[in-house]
Amino acid sequence: MKTTELPRWASGFVLPVLNLLSALLVSALVIHLLGESPVESLQILFNSAVVNPEGLSYTLFYASTFVFTGLAVSIAMKAGLFNIGAEGQMYLGGLGLTLAMLSFDSTLSAWLLIPLAIVASALFGAGWAFIPGYLQAKRGSHVVVTTIMFNFIAAGLMNYLILKMVPEGDQNPASRVFDDAAMIPQLSTWLPFFGENTPLNLAFFLALIALVIYWVAVSRSSWGYKVQATGLNAHAAHYAGVRISRTIIVTMLISGGLAGLAAVNSILGSTHYLSLNFPAGAGFIGIAIALMGRQHPVGILLSAVLFGALIQGGFDLSLEKPNIPQETFIFIQGLIILFCGAMENMYAPAVLKLINATRRKG
Amino acid sequence: MEDFQFASIVVSTIRNAPVLIFAAMAGLFAERSGVVDIGLEGKILASAFVSAAVAYTYQDPWLGIAAGILASCALAMVQAFVSITQKGNQLVAGIAINIAMSGLTFVVAQYFFQQGGRTPDLGEARLSTVVLPGSELVADIPGLGWFWTRLIGGHSPLVYFAFALLPIVHWVLFHSRFGLRLRACGENPHAADAAGISVQRTRYTAMLIAGVLCSFSGAYLSIVQSGFFLRDMSAGAGYLALTALVFGNWRPVYTVLGCIMFGFFSAVQIQIEGVDLPVVGRIPGSLIQMIPYIVTVVVLAGLMAKSVAPKALGKPFVKSR
Amino acid sequence: MQPAVEFRNISKAFGPVQANADVSFSIAKGSIHGVIGENGAGKSTLMSILYGYYHADSGQLVINGAEQKIRSSLEAIDLGIGMVHQHFMLVENMTVLDNVMLGTEGGFKLSKKRTETEAKLREICTRYHLDVDPLAVISTLSVGAQQRVEILKQIYRSAEILILDEPTAVLTTQEIASLFDILRLFKEQGKTIILITHKLGEIMEITDQVTVMRAGRVAGAVATRDTSKEQLANMMVGRPIEGNLPRKPHAPGAPVLQVENLQLKDANGVQLLADIALTVRAGEIVAIAGVSGNGQSELMEILSGMRLPTSGTVTMEGKPLPFAGRSNADGLPATFRDLGIGHVPEDRLRDGVIKDFTVMQNTVFGYQDRVIKRGLFDFDAIAKRCAHLLEQFDVRPKDPNVRIGLLSGGNQQKVVIAREVSASPKLMLVGQPTRGVDIGTIESIHTQLLRLRDEGVAILLVSTELEEVRALSDRIVVMSGGRVTGELHIDEFDTTRIGLLMGGMHKS
Repeated sequence: MKTTELPRWASGFVLPVLNLLSALLVSALVIHLLGESPVESLQILFNSAVVNPEGLSYTLFYASTFVFTGLAVSIAMKAGLFNIGAEGQMYLGGLGLTLAMLSFDSTLSAWLLIPLAIVASALFGAGWAFIPGYLQAKRGSHVVVTTIMFNFIAAGLMNYLILKMVPEGDQNPASRVFDDAAMIPQLSTWLPFFGENTPLNLAFFLALIALVIYWVAVSRSSWGYKVQATGLNAHAAHYAGVRISRTIIVTMLISGGLAGLAAVNSILGSTHYLSLNFPAGAGFIGIAIALMGRQHPVGILLSAVLFGALIQGGFDLSLEKPNIPQETFIFIQGLIILFCGAMENMYAPAVLKLINATRRKG
Repeated sequence: MEDFQFASIVVSTIRNAPVLIFAAMAGLFAERSGVVDIGLEGKILASAFVSAAVAYTYQDPWLGIAAGILASCALAMVQAFVSITQKGNQLVAGIAINIAMSGLTFVVAQYFFQQGGRTPDLGEARLSTVVLPGSELVADIPGLGWFWTRLIGGHSPLVYFAFALLPIVHWVLFHSRFGLRLRACGENPHAADAAGISVQRTRYTAMLIAGVLCSFSGAYLSIVQSGFFLRDMSAGAGYLALTALVFGNWRPVYTVLGCIMFGFFSAVQIQIEGVDLPVVGRIPGSLIQMIPYIVTVVVLAGLMAKSVAPKALGKPFVKSR
Repeated sequence: MQPAVEFRNISKAFGPVQANADVSFSIAKGSIHGVIGENGAGKSTLMSILYGYYHADSGQLVINGAEQKIRSSLEAIDLGIGMVHQHFMLVENMTVLDNVMLGTEGGFKLSKKRTETEAKLREICTRYHLDVDPLAVISTLSVGAQQRVEILKQIYRSAEILILDEPTAVLTTQEIASLFDILRLFKEQGKTIILITHKLGEIMEITDQVTVMRAGRVAGAVATRDTSKEQLANMMVGRPIEGNLPRKPHAPGAPVLQVENLQLKDANGVQLLADIALTVRAGEIVAIAGVSGNGQSELMEILSGMRLPTSGTVTMEGKPLPFAGRSNADGLPATFRDLGIGHVPEDRLRDGVIKDFTVMQNTVFGYQDRVIKRGLFDFDAIAKRCAHLLEQFDVRPKDPNVRIGLLSGGNQQKVVIAREVSASPKLMLVGQPTRGVDIGTIESIHTQLLRLRDEGVAILLVSTELEEVRALSDRIVVMSGGRVTGELHIDEFDTTRIGLLMGGMHKS
């Protein structure tokens, strides 16, 4: 019995893995052309990101940020929207969080501050996604271009605001450091295995909770159903009574909010101040994660961890091998987006043939 | 004083527009054939780097431009393969290329030049400006002198090429066989197919042309405007070009007008910086930088509903029987 | 004289589906040859092979006595074969002239060929009474005129063998008559016409020979004068067609839907609906008959809440529908469902189902907010209801977890109908219920609808198939050009009269 359809396990697992391997293969070729050994580079990366406990904690720390940006892009994709603006939304989320902390960190306790930070970052992130969402819903302005524009606008705006926040006499382009009350406890406090003073913090669990909520909302709620219907066939969703405008706007708000939440991990868990360009590309990595993880909570988690490893390992690699600077991983990101997002079905015919051939024999 | 400012704004506008004109014309061909080209930014970056690097290495800007064309076309073919043959998501393909090039240009620049991801100054290896005949004679005549030596004359050859593109593109699109077939592929590829035209081949050709045209945008940035390549120097030009297309309803004349408009805003931007304006005072540089992007959003917000894109834009062609 | 076209043992499979199996017949030169069969019988595939879109897996094509391998539509065109498709292959924002020139532009520069072509087109139009202005832009032309452009294209390319695929689906009675005049003129000039259709009346009227296809094979080949509609229908279907299905006598209850003075103008000010008025009572089926494109689709969109009217009133069980004060119809269909209006949409795949959702997910489509327990989907209840529906409506395969896009058109339609019926609507809007549905399912859908009627539901049916209208309706409303041109009771059913009404001839 020949099938023209790939079984779920093949399309959900085999294809993504093949796509990822393709991206990595091309990367290996480029590394080779840069005069380094791909195998050796991979070893260094692996040791730094996984084997070394302190490195592992950094990997998971980065992964926490990426889970949020990955979720942000994923939920938007479910509605058929390509949110490239997670970078700007995370940046603005950081602003909201900072304003809240700077105002209240000397008066409120940590029990109030941390939730306040969470709310503030989500609100500001959502706010930054509102206009693109509104314009797409009401005017048909393509979300891809408007969110990219908002990334640029955010860069300019935050540039201006952060320089205003620099304390008297300081050279560092950043706000002042938050009081101790505004710090999320680091996991190394309970798990010394991770080494001392690594930024892996409780926000990691926040990320896991967000994944669960995402999964429940998408697969078990009628709202998630309506979002997916909108993304798959907006005509039919209208027939089914879905309020398309509202769905688009709300989804973008949630998407922006999730991206904003990424700031909680990277600021409150690590630097404790708002600095220039602190997102450092996390928003764009979110795109790669959403595509690689196929907008599935498990896929998103695994992809986030993988990218966390790439960033952590890539940092150490760039120290040891100056020919492989950290920007190499931006290139690898692009490859992953290409293979997992645009060429996702490239291997499907071959895999299908293989499956049918084995079925015939068996 | 005011006149001087206005005059320099006009000249600046003329010199800012080509970056967008090349990219927008590239996008025009691609999109009129039915393929969304979000990857303009990546192609601009790639050609900007390659042309600057080659121009520096061989101290020959024309060689640099040629190399830039190759780089941009290579990317265009990758995009074409993904969009046309693989029928993949064209938006994702474009974004992928943009991100990939953002990283790769830095890495390769670092590898070859070790200057923090940029290329060394081109110095003399840039295109010389065109001096129109008789410039010496009229140079001192007020009004006419400026007009002949600074407005019409005195620009880089690529500037003239950019503006000359307008009538060429217009003619090719509306009065040539290729243009007719291209537009059919973008409006109703099934009709083109039924007429015996290879939609695939037409779209690939369109992407190739887009690659060539886009490369001039990058070469202009690095060779003509700055004299070197710098990380992410395109700063959104690819997206601004796409907006010009929407603004211009995918028609060459109005699209170029849109590019000129953006060029104008850039020119004004530079003039405002450091100047005390009435009421608002001195606007900080970082806020001024936001202007073109805000303009883009406003344009898209206002026009999208009325802008008529090629009907088959973004939909991979599948023969359906 | 050798035949113009001969199919010898043509077979073609798409994956597991055998679209053509050992098809052999010949088409005489200078004749009008009909090829009939229901949806999925293989006629379109066969013609696509003749026109070079597909390659047959096996068999030969013999054109004018010589065997040919037609690998592309270009080669077909070179052999003198032209095809007028059901869905026009025209670029809407270009002129007739540019559309005709597409593919035959001459040189790189267009201008020279343009003048030449324009002259030739005018000549062809005069010779064949085609009445088309070469400089008109396609989007400004009527459907009938656009079809003439398609024909013009083929003649311009010196087609001697002309294939017409379901040409009359979108024409009024008058336009059909004009088309047939043109075809007769072609025949006189020695051209060969292949007419693909499922309309028996047309076959009897214009063709010389008929080939009947069924399930990919040739089920019969006869001379038209030697056969009858009944005989052809039997060959098409393979068994006697349905007689009248049982139903209770027409005894309608209270009015459920009342439409008064309904107007619709589109964004450009074009009047799409004018002065629409009708009533549907409980327990009756009112059918809107008419050629598609005359406002029926727009009317259904308004009545189902998918679109706002420009003005007019629609009341449901006496209460006006909530159009007032809205700037768009976003979310309105949900409100209408809550008022008891069910809707089986005309375009199933575009509107009625989500192709990538499972069958089970599609059984709650439109009703997703009704199957909630404690904020989340009540999967137990949903699964139970789905299993019950699949059983009751005989959906095949009976698998709730398969993607609905993989089901046949008929089974997809059954899911849609099952879903709408199970919400117990008071008013059921049904658009083209049997389009793209195989004949066995057609009967079961008709039975379903009649049963609904007998249970007291008010049904408004839109159908382009007069046979279907006759089989189901109690009253018939005919629409043409966005207006109601006439109303009749089923007892007054008269094809000619309805045809005139469809063509815009108002009852005086």
